[in-house]
Amino acid sequence: MKQHKWGLILLGLAIFAIAVTFPFWYGKGKTAPPVLSLETPEIAGLADKKCVEDAVFMRANHMKMLQAWRDEAVREGKRVYTANDGRTFEKSLTGSCLQCHSNKEHFCDRCHHYVGAAPSCFDCHIVPAEVKK
Amino acid sequence: MTSSRRDFLKIAGASALTMMTPAIFVPAWAKDVIVIPPGQGLALKKALAAGRWAMTVDLTKCTADCTDCIAACHAIHNVPDFGNPKDEIKWIWKESFASVFPGEQNAYSGEKLQKLRPPVFCNNCENPPCVRVCPTGATFQRPDGIVMMDYHRCIGCRLCMAACPYGARSMNYRDPRPCIAKINPDFPTRSKGVVEKCNFCEERLAKGTLPACVEACRQKALTFGDAENPRSEIRRLLKTRFSLQRRVHLGTGPQIYYLL
Repeated sequence: MKQHKWGLILLGLAIFAIAVTFPFWYGKGKTAPPVLSLETPEIAGLADKKCVEDAVFMRANHMKMLQAWRDEAVREGKRVYTANDGRTFEKSLTGSCLQCHSNKEHFCDRCHHYVGAAPSCFDCHIVPAEVKK
Repeated sequence: MTSSRRDFLKIAGASALTMMTPAIFVPAWAKDVIVIPPGQGLALKKALAAGRWAMTVDLTKCTADCTDCIAACHAIHNVPDFGNPKDEIKWIWKESFASVFPGEQNAYSGEKLQKLRPPVFCNNCENPPCVRVCPTGATFQRPDGIVMMDYHRCIGCRLCMAACPYGARSMNYRDPRPCIAKINPDFPTRSKGVVEKCNFCEERLAKGTLPACVEACRQKALTFGDAENPRSEIRRLLKTRFSLQRRVHLGTGPQIYYLL
């Protein structure tokens, strides 16, 4: 009787483990990580191809940085960002970020679609390329 | 398993103790390691600054049928036109003298007064009721007096619209983007469910230019300046001319002065 009970418990645990890990092993190899395009005329024209901060930092933290920019620019009127290396930028999504990354659908969107992020930034903030079309 | 009273008290005590554990015991993997570089205390170099921004409207110069200020403002700020007066979004609009200044005219007031169509704006009040009622802090007052909206925080509750005695706030009941004639990429649009109003062109002041309506007025009826600076043009006008403010008895301290 006792052994019979253990068998059921182990079976339940196995089903649970399979169900929880299902998305990981099922989806493996089916989706390729996004290839982000830096091919814009603005970036090609830069002597030093460097974002506001280094690429690793930007990749991981651009959303936190944009939120900090948003609050400081709107609520405190502090509109200039001094990067770690001393260069200064206007805290503006359309005015700074999208001036270089003018290919939103090949840069922002590709990664956001891949990770399933749906930022509401572009509900209001304008992508200059989309207006000119 | 039955637990004794003693066991229960032990677990409860231990739980209470963990809540008092100081933050230094936070494990390394739970720490927020992102540091956005500090020292961000800068405004743009050419920004215009004031102790209290205010505006005068010279009603002897403003003509009833001219809408230049409205056109300029609404084009620059991507103000949508829903084609329906009920849903109208207005940053600047015009009304009859009687509705702008109820009680300031009588049965014998001259035709000149009755024909006036003064432009009306958000008064950027000194004591703004909209700021007081806003539950999220989306509307706030800057130190220079501008009553500003942080559209990011607006939840569309419309308490500010109920609180504003001037009707200066408008709600986007629909997505405004398709209803904007020509989008100006330098200023964001709004989204559905967000309230908007005149912002005294704070985005232009930050770049060193005067508000769009002031620049657009061909009659030079609008004067914008620092009401706290005794040497400013606006103070000179207020000293020498008779002026009216809208519903000043409500105690809001409106910062738009109408010169007569």
